Amino acid sequence: MSNRLRSLAFSLIGATVLVGPAVAVDLDITCRCVVGGVNSGTAEWIQNDVIPAFEAANPDIKVNLNQFGGEDAQLTQQLALDFSTGAGPDVTAFDGFLIPSFVEGGLLKPLNEVAGAEVDGWSGWAALSDGSRALMQYQGQYYGIPLGTDVRMIHTRKDILAEAGIDADTWQPTSWEDVLDAARAIKKVRPDSFPIQLNAGVAMGEATTMQGYWLALLGTGEAVMDDNGKYIVASQGILDTLNLYKTIYVDEQLGDQRAQLLADGRNRSFANFRDGVTSLLFEGDYFYRSVTAEGSEFAVADRDTVMGWAKVPAKVPGAGIRGQDFVTISGGTGFVLNPATDAPKEAWALLSFMNEPDMQNAFQAIQPRITARTDIEIPNNPFLTEASQTLLPLTTARPNDENYNTVSAEIQRMTEAVVSGELSPEEAMAQYKASVIGIVGEENTVSLL
Amino acid sequence: MKLTLSAFLGRIAFSALAALIGAAFALPLLWFLFAPFNARAELGLAVPDPWTLANFVTVFGNNFAVRALWNSLIQSVGGVILVGAAATLAAYALSRSALPGKRAVTYILLLFSSVVSGSAAMVPIFLIVSAAGLMDTHLAVILTFAGGLLPTAMFILRDFIDSIPKSYEESAMVAGASPVQAFFDVALPVIRPGIVVVVVWSFVNIWGSFLIPFILLRSDTNMPASVAIYSFYSEAGTPIVTLLAAYSLIYSLPVIALYLFVSWKFGFRFFGGIKA
Amino acid sequence: MTTTQIETKPKRKVRNFALLSNKAGAAFLTPAGLLVSVFVIVPFFWVIFVSFTNRTLLGKTALNPEFVGLANYFTLFDPSNFLQRGQFGFSLILTTQFVLASALFGQALLGLLLAWLIQTVPPWVKRITETFVIAAWILPEVVIGFAWFAFLDRDQGTLNAMLTSVGLPKGDFLLEQPFWVIVVFNTWRGAAFSMMLFGSAFSSIPPSYFQAADVAGASSWQKFRDIGLPLIRGHIVTDLILITMWTFNTFTPFLLTNGGPSYRTELVSIYNYRVAFNDFQFGKGAAVGVIMMLINLAFALVYLSLGRKKKG
Repeated sequence: MSNRLRSLAFSLIGATVLVGPAVAVDLDITCRCVVGGVNSGTAEWIQNDVIPAFEAANPDIKVNLNQFGGEDAQLTQQLALDFSTGAGPDVTAFDGFLIPSFVEGGLLKPLNEVAGAEVDGWSGWAALSDGSRALMQYQGQYYGIPLGTDVRMIHTRKDILAEAGIDADTWQPTSWEDVLDAARAIKKVRPDSFPIQLNAGVAMGEATTMQGYWLALLGTGEAVMDDNGKYIVASQGILDTLNLYKTIYVDEQLGDQRAQLLADGRNRSFANFRDGVTSLLFEGDYFYRSVTAEGSEFAVADRDTVMGWAKVPAKVPGAGIRGQDFVTISGGTGFVLNPATDAPKEAWALLSFMNEPDMQNAFQAIQPRITARTDIEIPNNPFLTEASQTLLPLTTARPNDENYNTVSAEIQRMTEAVVSGELSPEEAMAQYKASVIGIVGEENTVSLL
Repeated sequence: MKLTLSAFLGRIAFSALAALIGAAFALPLLWFLFAPFNARAELGLAVPDPWTLANFVTVFGNNFAVRALWNSLIQSVGGVILVGAAATLAAYALSRSALPGKRAVTYILLLFSSVVSGSAAMVPIFLIVSAAGLMDTHLAVILTFAGGLLPTAMFILRDFIDSIPKSYEESAMVAGASPVQAFFDVALPVIRPGIVVVVVWSFVNIWGSFLIPFILLRSDTNMPASVAIYSFYSEAGTPIVTLLAAYSLIYSLPVIALYLFVSWKFGFRFFGGIKA
Repeated sequence: MTTTQIETKPKRKVRNFALLSNKAGAAFLTPAGLLVSVFVIVPFFWVIFVSFTNRTLLGKTALNPEFVGLANYFTLFDPSNFLQRGQFGFSLILTTQFVLASALFGQALLGLLLAWLIQTVPPWVKRITETFVIAAWILPEVVIGFAWFAFLDRDQGTLNAMLTSVGLPKGDFLLEQPFWVIVVFNTWRGAAFSMMLFGSAFSSIPPSYFQAADVAGASSWQKFRDIGLPLIRGHIVTDLILITMWTFNTFTPFLLTNGGPSYRTELVSIYNYRVAFNDFQFGKGAAVGVIMMLINLAFALVYLSLGRKKKG
């Protein structure tokens, strides 16, 4: 049923009503994480490490974790409405790319404005890497503390590639055609399968833009914005990307069209990979460390032998952004403070506590990831170490622009129009162009055709 | 003889057709008769084996779900009291006073109430409630519904009061009652069936509605059942069918009970449409 | 004052005498007046005002909305993309088709048929049929939405189970025929109203009319066409206007389809919701609201003028 509705899907699952002794301050923290569900590691970390340790250190404060099980976009909707009405959790997980639009809308305030001078004195700032510092910054101000960054790749099902006669251990496509050929080979031995998952459509929200459209677009040497900060609204790169979608979902049915169109499509795509229906899935390292991890609903049996990954190739070698052969893109998440919190000092205490080395190390022990702090080591995790070493040098970041969020929604619509077979790539791009001009004004757009 | 036979066959055909349409209406609902009692219910129709109340136990063990029903009750009862009281007073005034401009007021109210629907006015309602600082309160939902339902409620009641002879109150006033006393002691008991109709109608409306609380409420402690129902999703976001079905059934019970009550008391003829 | 005095006074005078003084009348009207003003009349004007601004929830224009005149309306009626899916024009036309198919055709005809049928069938058939038709109408919309979601599910749904059991292929209704899904859904949901309205209209026709027709040997169809239909003409007009307005404003299909896939079931009410509460463009959403209200106004004026004619 309507996924979007579950923007109200609050907490519930697993959220316990805290009945305890009266305490001085109650803090609410929200994450898009559910123990045993999405981002289970984060939920376990907050519930089992952060909260007990923080409450032990601050006996007057009681912390309640709201586990949000809905989609990213639903959490965004919920937070926007919460913050605009003075409601919402005191501390919440937040995707960095939303910061500009929230800040300009008056829905977020700089940390030191919310919690006072203590913020500037926090020792952790110095430990953040330069790149990650920018993740939760806008116009020189910190709005949250970044947790880490990520990289994107093709996750593979080695067992299924092998069925199609492809040696998965060495398989590294160097062009889009290589990827398509592999998919065609798999489709031949498994006619009912949908080998490729390249996110498209509105329902997947930002996951469409980041893991799908943009990841492909970078392979054409373009980005969503040009170097002058203008949105590219017509270009060969956009057409090539849309045609790739068309090949995958419309012309050759190499991907599961339904999963792109249905409201719960992203889960369906995960289930497809788990069930071997999909064997080449474009996603972030998140897919490995969280979605398919043991105990998750989409856990892949015998993961370490069955799953592999490959770099995302440019359209043809050397055609990628900055002349690269391979491309990837990074985002970043962290936690922010609700500007309307009743307990700003305590909320900041919790936020900074979570980001101290002790807590970050505890997090790494649960779920290794690419951290924002330079003084935290990634535990021995071959996948992550290798992926981050290979891909971080190749990566691209999203623009820090207040309109990006709205433009991103138009990108999702454009891909959906193509994937559903409703519009040709040319028509979809024309529609995109008109919409983006309507959002940012013609002077902030550029046409490369 | 021939005629009666064809008439007889005709009646059978009519009955069969009516039963068929009835069955078509029942089909999508059948699922709700089984799934709540099936511990392994899925989206498919299956007779529970064994029948169990386990799903209901789980629902009632979920604090949030129970509180949501309670919230629905607060909002519905609050709204109903407000609508019932304000509409009765206003309808009585429209029917029994000689206020200048009464007709114009009636006309304007009727016009606005048909023009301003929740789905057309969601933006200003959100902004007004937000500006009034009432966001995320039961009161916001109650007042919004009261405002929206009042015009129709007033007309139902005004028609009802118009149909009651004035002689009731007149004789009371002759006996020395003030107009206000006449209203409370004489008119009110006579109007009661009309009020019951309005109350039931408002209750069903508020109890079942989704959009207004969805827009006006933020925290899960205030959510009514219509919104809370979307919490019965698994960790990964797929519906937990068993709980959804059980909760839907519980949530529907008051409406079903009211339907039975009204159809027993008045015979389910209708009340609102009377504007004809 | 004595009773005789009153009795001897001309009745007319008593009729004109107001039972409630103007002061008391005004006091009685105040609570309702306030509530309706704040939550019905003010929103009506506020939505017009907001529609002339570029107010949003996110971004710069959240805090400092500007007066943009008719810009929102120009965007909605931009001829270059007016009819594209996900745009206002598409939504408006979709809604028109939806109203025609599900209200004027579906609900009204089915309601008429049901109302006629249940006049003649045995009471128990009547009661059962009525119960389910009315249940579809009064049950909470979220419950109905989920019931249909389960009913239409491609892999497990009851409808597909029935189809396969008689050897027909499965359908992927919500994805492939979403428009017809919401048409059938809304017909199903709302037929009760027309059924009851026509039912009470039919039952107000004196039975002697039909008995006379029976004696003359009229068929059921002839009785329907020549007696029933002409006598309830007024009710039919009322019914059509009311169900048109309700269907035009309904939000319930959102609970089944979410407006999708690919905006194919995005009625104007759902479009308005998406623009205002997903894209957070309050100004543009308000403009949609204004247009919806203008359309409502047209129907309401027709309806009220009919009512007046009848009274006059």
